[in-house]
Amino acid sequence: MNLVDEWGVTLAVFLPLLGALAITLTPKGMDGIQKILALASTGAALVIGVMVAFAFQHGEPGMQFEKTISWIPSINANYHIGIDGISLPLIVLSLLVTFLCIIYAYWHIPEPGNTKAFLALILLLETGMNGSFIALDLILFFVFWELVLVPMYFLIGIWGGERRQYAAIKFFLYTLFGSLFMLLGFLALYFQSEPNTFDMIELQQAGVLNLPIGLANLIFGGLALGFAVKVPMWPFHTWLPDAHTEAPTIGSVLLAAVLLKMGTYGFMRIAIPILPEPAQVFAPFIAVLAAIAIVYGALCCLAQTNLKRMIAFSSVGHMGFVMLGIAAMTPEGFNAAVFGMVAHGVITGMLFFLAGSIKERYHTYEMPDLAGMGLKIPRMAGLLAFCAIASLGLPGLAGFWGEVMALLSAYRPLEGLNLTVFRSAMVVGAIGTVLTAGYFLWMLQRVNMGRAPEGSKKHKYADVQRLEMLAWAPLLALILVLGLYPRLIMDTTTSSVTRLTETVLGERAQVAQVADR
Amino acid sequence: MDLDLAALLPEIILALTAFSVLTIDLFLPKEKRGIAFVLAVGGVLATLAAVINLYGSNITILDGTFVIDRFAVIFKIVFCVAALMIFCVSQAYLKDDGEVPHGEFFTMMLFALLGMLTIASSRDLIAIFVALEMISMPSFVLAGIRKSDIRSNEAALKFFLFGVLSSALMLFGMSLIYGLTGATNLADISESLAGQTGIEEVSLVAILFLIVGFGFKVSAFPFQWWVPDTYEGAPIPVAAFLSVASKTAGFVGLFQVMFLALGGLADTWRPMFAIIGVVTITFGNLVALQQNQIVRLLAYSSIAQAGYMLLPLGVASATDTDLNTRIVFAVVTYLLVYAFMETGAFASASAFGRRGGGYMVDDYAGMFARSPVLALSMSAFLLSLAGIIPFAGFWAKLVVFQALIAGEGIWLAVAMVVNTVVALFFYAAVVKRMFFDKAEVMTPVKLPRVLAGTIGVAALVIVIGGILPDFFARLAQNSHFF
Repeated sequence: MNLVDEWGVTLAVFLPLLGALAITLTPKGMDGIQKILALASTGAALVIGVMVAFAFQHGEPGMQFEKTISWIPSINANYHIGIDGISLPLIVLSLLVTFLCIIYAYWHIPEPGNTKAFLALILLLETGMNGSFIALDLILFFVFWELVLVPMYFLIGIWGGERRQYAAIKFFLYTLFGSLFMLLGFLALYFQSEPNTFDMIELQQAGVLNLPIGLANLIFGGLALGFAVKVPMWPFHTWLPDAHTEAPTIGSVLLAAVLLKMGTYGFMRIAIPILPEPAQVFAPFIAVLAAIAIVYGALCCLAQTNLKRMIAFSSVGHMGFVMLGIAAMTPEGFNAAVFGMVAHGVITGMLFFLAGSIKERYHTYEMPDLAGMGLKIPRMAGLLAFCAIASLGLPGLAGFWGEVMALLSAYRPLEGLNLTVFRSAMVVGAIGTVLTAGYFLWMLQRVNMGRAPEGSKKHKYADVQRLEMLAWAPLLALILVLGLYPRLIMDTTTSSVTRLTETVLGERAQVAQVADR
Repeated sequence: MDLDLAALLPEIILALTAFSVLTIDLFLPKEKRGIAFVLAVGGVLATLAAVINLYGSNITILDGTFVIDRFAVIFKIVFCVAALMIFCVSQAYLKDDGEVPHGEFFTMMLFALLGMLTIASSRDLIAIFVALEMISMPSFVLAGIRKSDIRSNEAALKFFLFGVLSSALMLFGMSLIYGLTGATNLADISESLAGQTGIEEVSLVAILFLIVGFGFKVSAFPFQWWVPDTYEGAPIPVAAFLSVASKTAGFVGLFQVMFLALGGLADTWRPMFAIIGVVTITFGNLVALQQNQIVRLLAYSSIAQAGYMLLPLGVASATDTDLNTRIVFAVVTYLLVYAFMETGAFASASAFGRRGGGYMVDDYAGMFARSPVLALSMSAFLLSLAGIIPFAGFWAKLVVFQALIAGEGIWLAVAMVVNTVVALFFYAAVVKRMFFDKAEVMTPVKLPRVLAGTIGVAALVIVIGGILPDFFARLAQNSHFF
């Protein structure tokens, strides 16, 4: 157990990287060995992650499993890691989804093949994703954050759909643009802190950072731009539909399930706790953008005929709910956000798996061509219906809690935030839920029901394979379990998010005292 | 006379090597002329050993004209290592080419290298000028060494005309400085300037002329016009030599003059570098977007890279030594990383240019399927030049950003961010060709072992430096420029 306490988190992050190295060293063509290596390294990382989760002290708000190793002394950056209630669910999600992706990849290496490169890139990607959720040093965080770009660029560009090259470079440029402003923000924080530090925990402590409010707002803006592109918040979302639609199935799953969470996590881990004052200035704007994203995403979904593109746009709306929860800055809001992230990861990840498998059978994502799926492959259609209903937020399934809690938190945001804005956002968001239900049900009607079009009437398609089921079962189970027993997440997060709100309030209390004097 | 020959040992070894390569080549039969390469490498290795032996010592000779300190030694190491890599690239190139005389080629390279070693130690205007000329003259010859190739002739001529003009202007600037201060030693100049007032106009003119000279060397806008044609027409190893070693030498000279002699006038030259830096980066990147020939693309990228390194000078301070130290640290780190990624990129371009490949970006289509290791290395160099994690180039950009933010050059930093994104587009376009497109033929590009080894070493340095960048940073920090 000691090994887990000391190195568990590190191992969970770097085992996939080791796996990637091992895979690159195997000769080309030894697909079997490469798959086993990938499965073993992600599996081992997941097992260690679960052990960490069990060793984790629930109810303890601070950082656990902390570790600091000197890394780049000349620029004062350290390998400082640790996890709390906010990061734990996300890192476990990342470990689990990647592992399932590798299982799925066992029989689904997309065109044009090259198992070795494909698996190695996924493992590299996993290291970047996991690392982002554990880093407590701004430079370390940035390195992990950016580490996901190159593998994702190649995954989309080599194994993607027809417009893959366009989507790949758009994703790359867009995200880089945002994150470089974030980097400037990090550097500004470094030079404004006394003593100069990149350490997130130290930067949160009172007195370390003394900023004039104008500069603080500017820095927050830089950070928010980087995170907002990644989330993506409306109007920075335009890379997402292309990247999601063109990426290979596994790429889409990882993008939706994990990558987008890095942005929202960044708000909760860095932007808000380090710069609580500007966070309160920006919160109403974020709430408005979130509300727009919810409705805009839903309207776009209504306009799609491409199943995968519709699922992609639904992410814009769902992440809008997450951002609404974050903007409220109350424990309920943050809880809703973390829950929403995990739920969206599980549900939308699953939806992308289904879209991929459907495409494999029908060779199209176009909904009119898929009509009548319920008769042809009933089990697949059943799973699609299950996930769609979970995604639209039916009570009892995972999607419900994140949305409803986000709306509730917007009704009563943190004291001092503009009530009118937040309550209007809540109303708009609530309308969005109706639209969400509308497009999902309409999608089910067009895909599952109806009659098969003339062209594919006589085709026979294989229903859900046992091996697909193996990869999907954990996600399907989680959708149900999280829906029935949301405390699974909340018990872990509550203490940490409460502390997050206290940090924000504490800052304001200080400011108020100064004003009194 | 305070002449400590130990301090000059590297230069002496190098000069002897250069002369012996020249002489021995005369007496060798044609089929044995490959020996020039072996001699040159041996000589540079011996020089490198002598340089490393000087690490940590502080020697000043010739009345403060020639100095051995950490800064000088570190750059001498950089020049030697870059030269070694470029020699290895040259050997493969010369063998394929068959036309270029080996002896002359390496002799010229060695003489230029001698100039570089000298400039790293020079603390005197005249010494700096002589050293710069010593780099330029052999470079003119090298650019035109493919005598029967009209493009090579054009390369040399353009290079020569621009070079001579800028040298003359720089000399004029130096003479103005001398007129103001009556000194050529950098420290004396600084001291003399500190006591004078009412010299803004004259010093402004002098600084402008100096910037012309150095701007030509480091290929800063608007003195970069020769770069694309010269790089394209010259043999690729020569282009690499100009882009890496010669440019680094220009920066070394620039630092010495600007900080050690004219540091007190930083308020005058700071805005010039801010403007030149931004324009250079923007120009280089925008034009690079339209290139379809790899050497021209690298040439414009090399211009932009120079801009990234000039930008920190745009926040320099006349009084704040901490800030200036940070600026020098940033640019030195950048130069160290740059030496490997740029040499690697040119070496890979040279490798791709061999039989079965080509120099057009279109020829790179499907290279990942044909020569995976070479394609991966080239991508590492290009993405490193773009400043993408996990390659060392990111850290180079990071320290520059850091210097800009520390100097409150927020708009310079924003300009650099925008440019970094623009630049990624053309670097990634080459990567895209190699990985996403289909090849027409599937035969791998064959590489001689020396060339493959050079590319491998550079790639390894770039990747390891990306994960553990402290090596470069600490080296730069130890340079103790001030």
